[in-house]
Amino acid sequence: MRPRDLLRPRPEGLYCPPGDFFIDPVRPVERALITHGHSDHARAGHTKVLATQQTLDIMGLRYGEGFARQTQAIGPGETVDVNGVRVSFHNAGHVLGSAQILVEHGGMRIVASGDYKRQPDPTCAPFEVVACDVFITEATFGLPVFRHPPASEEIARLLRSATQFPERAHLVGAYALGKAQRVIKLIREGGYEAPIYLHGALQRLCEYYASQGIDLGDLQPATVENSRKGEFAGAIVIGTPSAFADRWARRFPDPVSAFASGWMRIRQRAKQRGVELPLIISDHSDWDELTATIIETGASEVWVTHGREEALVRWCELNGIAARPLHLVGYEDEGD
Amino acid sequence: MKRFAELLDRLVLTPSRNGKLKLLTDYFRVVEDPDRGLALAAITGDLSFASVKPAILRALIAERMDQILFGYSYDYVGDLAETVSLVWPQNKAEGSHELTLTETVAMLQRASRSDAPKVLATLLDQADVSSRFAIIKLVTSGLRIGVSARLAKQSLADLGGVDVSEIEEVWHGLTPPYLALFAWLEGRVPRPERVAAALFRPVMLAHPVGDNDLDKLDPADFAAEWKWDGIRVQVVAEGGVQRLYSRTGDDISGAFPDLLEAMNFEGVIDGELLVGNPFGKTGTFSDLQQRLNRKTVSPKMQSQFPVFVRAYDLLQLGSDDLRALTYVERRDVLGGFVTTLDPARFDVSRNVAFDDWNELEALRRMPPHPIIEGIMLKRLDSPYLAGRPKGPWFKWKRDPHTIDAVLMYAQRGHGKRSSYYSDYTFGVWTGAEGAEELVPVGKAYFGFTDEELRQIDKYVRDNTIERFGPVRSVRANRTQGLVLEVAFEGLNRSTRHKSGIAMRFPRISRLRWDKPAGEADRLETLADLLDK
Ligand SMILES: [Zn+2]
Repeated sequence: MRPRDLLRPRPEGLYCPPGDFFIDPVRPVERALITHGHSDHARAGHTKVLATQQTLDIMGLRYGEGFARQTQAIGPGETVDVNGVRVSFHNAGHVLGSAQILVEHGGMRIVASGDYKRQPDPTCAPFEVVACDVFITEATFGLPVFRHPPASEEIARLLRSATQFPERAHLVGAYALGKAQRVIKLIREGGYEAPIYLHGALQRLCEYYASQGIDLGDLQPATVENSRKGEFAGAIVIGTPSAFADRWARRFPDPVSAFASGWMRIRQRAKQRGVELPLIISDHSDWDELTATIIETGASEVWVTHGREEALVRWCELNGIAARPLHLVGYEDEGD
Repeated sequence: MKRFAELLDRLVLTPSRNGKLKLLTDYFRVVEDPDRGLALAAITGDLSFASVKPAILRALIAERMDQILFGYSYDYVGDLAETVSLVWPQNKAEGSHELTLTETVAMLQRASRSDAPKVLATLLDQADVSSRFAIIKLVTSGLRIGVSARLAKQSLADLGGVDVSEIEEVWHGLTPPYLALFAWLEGRVPRPERVAAALFRPVMLAHPVGDNDLDKLDPADFAAEWKWDGIRVQVVAEGGVQRLYSRTGDDISGAFPDLLEAMNFEGVIDGELLVGNPFGKTGTFSDLQQRLNRKTVSPKMQSQFPVFVRAYDLLQLGSDDLRALTYVERRDVLGGFVTTLDPARFDVSRNVAFDDWNELEALRRMPPHPIIEGIMLKRLDSPYLAGRPKGPWFKWKRDPHTIDAVLMYAQRGHGKRSSYYSDYTFGVWTGAEGAEELVPVGKAYFGFTDEELRQIDKYVRDNTIERFGPVRSVRANRTQGLVLEVAFEGLNRSTRHKSGIAMRFPRISRLRWDKPAGEADRLETLADLLDK
């Protein structure tokens, strides 16, 4: 069996012909296996969805309970049979409930990693290395320039700045699922116990994390409508990146604008966004994590997706590992 | 090193002046000697190393990583120093000692030009990403982090709760790592003595006279002096040491040995450096330029372009600091003092008598000498203050010269103007009647509004006759062409320009859409101005 006979890209998403299912499809399909709850991986409207319980919960929170006709939960390490194809889910360390999906058939093992990281994260289970023949890796930060420092150091800088500028509010932009909760948890681990203020768009997901046993401390709504401007002096306020672009953000006293993202590694990016305090905190692997993981899986072939494919493909080539961008799999060697 | 790197990172991204001051003051408060003093020197540009060229940086990284991967990286980041700091292979041994800024600077300063690359590589191996960026910036291009030496000094003043002029006052006697300075600012020792003799004193500057400013002022409170068009200098002779400083405190003594020889006194004079002698002809600014920016000057140069100082003020006489006295009192002492000096090298800037502003305005418009660029107004009761205090001193400049010139070439601007043709080369007519041609006389890139910029940009695009790179040649002949009214402060002779003339501070003052190109000015008009 050739790898592309087991998994191959189709317009709807990554498709498994013998199992007749898709992984993280972007269009509604009959049967979808979902790695995690981010909206570019988890869409509403599929007939049947197989995912971890937490991913199903998160999809329910985001799309409403009727997001799929039928759902089935699968635990980490559990295996199910889908039309004769063995499928198992394994922790990806990306966000709460995130999983890699191992697809096995006819002696061929392919792992679709979804998104993953190797840095420790107190809000989700750590990445598990799964030996495989083909590893499908993300490449969001697939350039040698992306090297994420330990997130705790970045949070320490935020807390130092909050002490240094006690008259200013610190507005931290963070994606709603995963990043925001991780940032809050790290702030708590940094010894900060005062209330942390939340933009409304983050509230439900933070409550969900708390219900899963992840203690985020005292969280208060950052409602400025009724309050005096000085009230948030010295406070830490977390909002989605888009919230900082609108009027909501302008109400805080002389704010220090911070943004928690792997993109903040590049000074020009921070400058263009008007970010005064870039926090290089990412839920994706950096270059060193990507390359180390490829080696650890023992894969003889790597398919690269979601980002800068060409640099990682080049690296694989230099290290004697067959590699190609996922979108080209099954096209360039058609007919052989 | 880490704390210095973090300071740089934050300074680069902090937009407000107060935010920057706070970051600097806190850094100087927390960081110990001598690290903080070296950081200060790095920011004020007072550190120097065997410099490293970008080519060396590229060579170092080429030995360490695949060139295609480096290419992808550099293309994405766009800045060589930043790219190298990010992709440099992590080599730091776990738990190894992190170098301090002091150790880093010492290694770089010990390095010769030939082993600088090796030393740099060793340092980068031991640093983290931010520190690598800071090190590369230190050795390649200077920091350029949007912090002026003045701002750094202000942060020191904040640290010690003193006025910034006190910092300026002692600054020239100090060297990195400024141990005595920090000890004083922290109240541990008295203010450093001006150990080295003949130090620079911060100068007093004037505000321009604005619209309606004069209505509120009583002429009887002010003295007037001509404002001479040389360069403002401070003449310091102290403890047997003579120094000539520019108004920013640069030591320019080396170019003026003839003047230094005549400084056989103990005192500090504020005045204007001019070419010529006080009794005879006073040379132009372009004559003076012959003497500036030279390390040494030949005897021939000294006799062809002799210099003298026209004294405005007296800051110190013998051991007496006169700066707290009033203008009237200081001028009184100055008058007597200058009569004891070599009359070929020193005279006093005379006061201009006037009764009311109208009379003075008439004098200003018709100055008695071509090397006058305006009038200074000084409050009779003003002490000599550092900096540019609002109120005691005003400068009232002669109106700028204007000419009508024709747009010849346009070049793309930089930054947010990069999509517009915003740098203009303009010319005036020369040659016999019937065979006139344009000769370029200057270049200007400001003075117009955004709306006017759009209009000129459109004109340039519609009338391009030739392109070379970012430059367009614009249609300009006797009947067609855009006339620009150009204002400028003066003219210098120039051998580098075909016209033989270089303009000082040219800017576009008006667009003359109404004026036919053939009626623009001729080169002779400018030549007349030059000879005046
Ligand atoms: Zn994701």
